[in-house]
Amino acid sequence: MSDTTNTSGPVLAADGTPLKRSLAKALRRQKLRALLLIAPLLLFILISFILPIADMLYRSVENKIVVQTLPRSVEALSSWDANSGELPDEAVFAAMAADLKEASEAKTHTKVGSRLNYEYPGIASVFRKTGRKAKKFDIENGGPWKEELIDLDKDWADPGIWRTIQTYSPSVTSGYFLNAVDMRVGADGPEMRPESERIYMNLLVRTLWMSLLITFSCILLAYPVAWLLANLPTRQANLLMILVLLPFWTSLLVRTSAWKILLQQQGVINDILVWIGLVDDNARLIIINNQFGTIVAMTHILLPFMILPMYSVMQTIPPSYLRAAKSLGATDWTAFWRVYFPQTIPGIGAGSILVFILAIGYYITPALVGGTKGTFISNQIAFHISTSLNWGLASALGAILLAVVLVLYWAYDKIVGIDNVKLG
Amino acid sequence: MAKLPPYATTGQRIWHYTFLVICGLIFFFLIAPIAVVIPLSFNAENFFTFTPEMLRLDPEGYSLKHYRDFFSNPDWQNALWNSIKIAPVATILSVSLGTLAAIGLSQPHVPARRAIMAILISPMIVPLIISAAGMYFFYSKINLAGTYWGVVLAHAALGIPFVIITVTATLVGFDRSLTRAAANMGADPVTTFFRVQMPLILPGVISGALFAFITSFDEVVVVIFVGSAKQQTLPWQMFTGLREQISPTILAVATILVAVSIVLLTIVELLRRRSERLRGMSPG
Repeated sequence: MSDTTNTSGPVLAADGTPLKRSLAKALRRQKLRALLLIAPLLLFILISFILPIADMLYRSVENKIVVQTLPRSVEALSSWDANSGELPDEAVFAAMAADLKEASEAKTHTKVGSRLNYEYPGIASVFRKTGRKAKKFDIENGGPWKEELIDLDKDWADPGIWRTIQTYSPSVTSGYFLNAVDMRVGADGPEMRPESERIYMNLLVRTLWMSLLITFSCILLAYPVAWLLANLPTRQANLLMILVLLPFWTSLLVRTSAWKILLQQQGVINDILVWIGLVDDNARLIIINNQFGTIVAMTHILLPFMILPMYSVMQTIPPSYLRAAKSLGATDWTAFWRVYFPQTIPGIGAGSILVFILAIGYYITPALVGGTKGTFISNQIAFHISTSLNWGLASALGAILLAVVLVLYWAYDKIVGIDNVKLG
Repeated sequence: MAKLPPYATTGQRIWHYTFLVICGLIFFFLIAPIAVVIPLSFNAENFFTFTPEMLRLDPEGYSLKHYRDFFSNPDWQNALWNSIKIAPVATILSVSLGTLAAIGLSQPHVPARRAIMAILISPMIVPLIISAAGMYFFYSKINLAGTYWGVVLAHAALGIPFVIITVTATLVGFDRSLTRAAANMGADPVTTFFRVQMPLILPGVISGALFAFITSFDEVVVVIFVGSAKQQTLPWQMFTGLREQISPTILAVATILVAVSIVLLTIVELLRRRSERLRGMSPG
């Protein structure tokens, strides 16, 4: 033991080292041990989750295919002035012929064709058609290539094609992102697409708007229920809580299929309405495959996520506050609005952000009950991954959605704190 | 509000009962869609609505044929087996790694705790379609897409936030002097962990495991993209069933899944109450 009365030297630990250093060492060891315990999981999440997301983000700007497949043409085109209105010179056409010969031997000409087709519809068929003949090109002795290529497909005489190749030759592109916000690279910088080709901004606005509606209807429905649960005796509240937790634990697919069955034109709700005479048998309501269907089903699915945070906040508000307000002369409404409601706002905020985050990323329910009018941006992402195979655009749309979610996540962390998330 | 005082005015009485009716309707909205599926699954016809026979409670109107179809149809059986093969393995992965990390995170001095927590919780926050897209692109690169292990890895990642949240919540009430006492009596860290710490945090670990299990068992979006036809799970089969040839067998499957979730919910609730009682947080 060090002698505490000895003030001349540093305080020593049992083994003779200065206490300060010994403590710092112990702290370091503790930190190291905590990190070692976390490390395997962190590594696992980084590899199986974070890296894929990063890869997707990279894919939304990656554009190596053009310069890899058409290296000579890209180089030859770099000196061409796209705004001159004239076709590139013979050297560029010769470079293109050589590139196409090589590409068609490697069978990559259709890939670059469909890549460029996203930006300039029609290019894919030009590449396919020319590529078929390109294997027999005699680069050394053939030519002149300008005439020969235009002879094979007259679209080679369209400066638009050459401009597109030139615009998308860098290995990093903003093209997918511009496309995702309904813009494109025009002759002089980014411009809006024509009115008829604008899809994604509308879809994003619709996704946000419907998510807001869903969040709002969740607030309306959750508030009375949370109040009731918070003010009932524990035993009864626990019993009623089961009615909230059962939907929470029931498979998403089960709940979605239940709504699909209920909302059909020959389904239970329409049957009941016809039976009590509210609706004529020939004029059954169309309440599925539209926005109404999506909103009803998703409100039902997300309602527990609103009730639970509201309930946990309301539980902490002492009922005596309301009684105090009333004994001071407040009416029921004033007591509620001026005293009770402001204290529940943290619960409303937490529930709303949670429901909104979950709602904007929904895919399954809108796909099954949304028809064409009630789908979300997620459905478009899924379409581009599995049907149109435009992965770059899918990634760009995903990146935009991810940005919205991360901003909300950050806000949630600031307001509620991720440590305070409770389940069940 | 829960109880009406004897001096309440007529207006207050009316509002009180209206309020109870409103709450009743909301509870009805919550539970009715799930409740409707159960009787409909015993329909003798291939309809998705109540037949006149069913409404008359005629035994003729009811049958088990959709259940028979579920247990004899190879597509559904295959899907069931895939679900049973994938979910437990993903659960074991997320629980073992997640519990270790939760213990690490609850140590008093963890550098960058907030950032680490944010990363570990992120699979729960990032929309599933984005996780699915990223995993599909990335797993295709490393030849994991369309394999059993690809799906297991993906599902384990999705289940981890739930394990972290439930286990750290249990560790908040954990008395650290217990591990010191064990060490003092000569137990090595591994013994301390399994004989002292583990039994006390077990309720949290089990409910985390159940959350992770149900996450994997119910998951559709990621498995559709990352998996191939060989890994078709029960929810996936339901999804295609609802999209294409909608068959009433789905109702039987839905009823079975509701039964599974009732069982899981009961276990989680019992565990939660037990752990609250153990830590003296609740009187009941």
